[in-house]
Amino acid sequence: MKSAVILFPGINRENDAIAALKQATGIEPTLVWHGDTELPKTDIIMVPGGFSYGDYLRCGAMAAKSPIMRAVSERAKQGVTTIGVCNGFQILTEAGLLPGALMRNASLKFICKNTHLKVENADTRFTNLYGAGDVVEYPVAHHDGNYFADSDTLDRLEGEGRVVLRYCDVDGKIDPATNLNGSQRNIAGIINEAGNVLGMMPHPENAIDPMHGGTDGRNLFKSMVEAAS
Amino acid sequence: MKARVHVTLKNGVLDPQGKAVHHALQGLGFDGVNDVRQGKFIELELDGTDAAKAEAEVKEMCEKLLANTVIEDYSIELA
Repeated sequence: MKSAVILFPGINRENDAIAALKQATGIEPTLVWHGDTELPKTDIIMVPGGFSYGDYLRCGAMAAKSPIMRAVSERAKQGVTTIGVCNGFQILTEAGLLPGALMRNASLKFICKNTHLKVENADTRFTNLYGAGDVVEYPVAHHDGNYFADSDTLDRLEGEGRVVLRYCDVDGKIDPATNLNGSQRNIAGIINEAGNVLGMMPHPENAIDPMHGGTDGRNLFKSMVEAAS
Repeated sequence: MKARVHVTLKNGVLDPQGKAVHHALQGLGFDGVNDVRQGKFIELELDGTDAAKAEAEVKEMCEKLLANTVIEDYSIELA
């Protein structure tokens, strides 16, 4: 089980991504530099969080056009399991691999805390070790996580079971009060039409060790590994 | 030749930064402001003198990088 972590200048969570993938696969992931044009053979691609290119122009916009992203897009279109977390989610939307866009948080504040999330679809290669409706707790750390898409796109995402995670409270309640950052319909994570690309703002890689304060994120990585085996 | 590109949020897309600026203007006593929308201004220095060609090229730049057409509109002005 091989995995690869893509590194852009300004990314700062690559070591967390590496730790989570190593824990789940038992093998050290390959770190791939943004200027490379070729991606090694891999079963899982992870685009980690951070502030690629200093968030210039728009979050993820510059990284999405970097040389390695052509290879990532090709592999993703071939069906390779691909996950983008935080800035990685922004990069995948800017690259056109996922619909919608991530805008400035409605509060205009950088939000760094633990949040509860409802697993809306447990029948994906990222969530199959959770139960549908499970409430999990992951940290978030972002300024631009306010998910936006037009209402037709949102209806389609919901209709096709592609909203995987929503912001909620500890009891799983989803309403404007539990909407962390102003995202349309409390959306925290979505998958593409083929189901092999996930983008999410919260950080499952920072909930994999009791020292993180919780291990709810482990099953997300284990799900990917199981599905790719 | 210069191209000036304005990138603005589409109608219907909430602009929390514009709202905050509006609020701050009201705090300064500017009561006559009905709404504020914040955007970007990008100036490009281009080779060549063919305006039609330049405009087509800048349009492609907007579609590919300068604007995110999911949430933004753009306008191009050549000078």
